[in-house]
Amino acid sequence: MADTAALENSKKIQTLRKSPASLLRTAFEAGSVAGTVELREVPFLTMAGLRVDPAGDAGQRLGALTGGLPSASGEVRGSGDTAVLWLGPAEFLLVAPAESHESLGGELPRTLIAALGDGQGQVVDLSANRTTLELSGPRASAVLEKGCALDLHPRVFQPGTALSTEIGGIPVVLWKTGDETYRIFPRASFAEFLGRWLLDAMREYASTEVP
Amino acid sequence: MLLIPCPNCGPRDETEFHYGGQAHVAYPENPAELTDREWAEYLFYRDNTKGAFAERWLHSTGCRQWFNMLRDTVTYDIQAVYPMGQLRPATGPTAPTVTSPVSPEGAVK
Ligand SMILES: [Zn+2]
Repeated sequence: MADTAALENSKKIQTLRKSPASLLRTAFEAGSVAGTVELREVPFLTMAGLRVDPAGDAGQRLGALTGGLPSASGEVRGSGDTAVLWLGPAEFLLVAPAESHESLGGELPRTLIAALGDGQGQVVDLSANRTTLELSGPRASAVLEKGCALDLHPRVFQPGTALSTEIGGIPVVLWKTGDETYRIFPRASFAEFLGRWLLDAMREYASTEVP
Repeated sequence: MLLIPCPNCGPRDETEFHYGGQAHVAYPENPAELTDREWAEYLFYRDNTKGAFAERWLHSTGCRQWFNMLRDTVTYDIQAVYPMGQLRPATGPTAPTVTSPVSPEGAVK
């Protein structure tokens, strides 16, 4: 457990760090079309990779802590501001606010590692693995449809569903958090490419529609 | 583009998958006892079937799980998808023999 001085030092260091898509922040602001389609980065979310058999003892212990583990492709479980996304039959991605990370005084992933104990499985801090791009607005799905082969029709892809797939040719996890809001998790090294790809796909909605 | 039915995730584009070659190539009981030729055959020699072919696939962009698939190498028809470790199901007919339903225009497919 970090002592207060170490925590203060750690918080100081946090102010110096740069998120993977930070250099595009002004471009995201300029490229967003208010009320139509908007893009922003949600930096530094706490993420943890969980690899555990959900039916086993260790899986039960982790599930009790996270508000359950999803059991099928697309499912998202969780409680409060913590969500667990299904990545595979025994692989899950936990997503929580940045402040939940132990370097900022939170409890994650320490409590998860403690819950796993010496049970079979793995808890890995993946907070720096991916960043989060949030695409929202009535045209958000039209933007994604330019480079994602999934059926994004609201009849099929409903809020509260997350799938790993490809957007613009790169592997991402796509999580529909609201009727018109998507969270996209690209790996850090793909963040700039995906950010620019999305900006390009959004560009047409900045001009008036040709009747 | 093939639309491959992943047993975990449902139908997804072929680009999300990796091909794993011929399925059911058993690891030799006693690899040390093989001749160089037998070892080379185990490592490199694969069938080149025309018709139903059992092969391994990995859903690399999705659930990252391996599975077996029975696919017709001529028609690309996917005849079966089954878990790793399971025996190959009986080979289906190369072309479907069931009578197709009559299309709305009245023409039989
Ligand atoms: Zn899959």
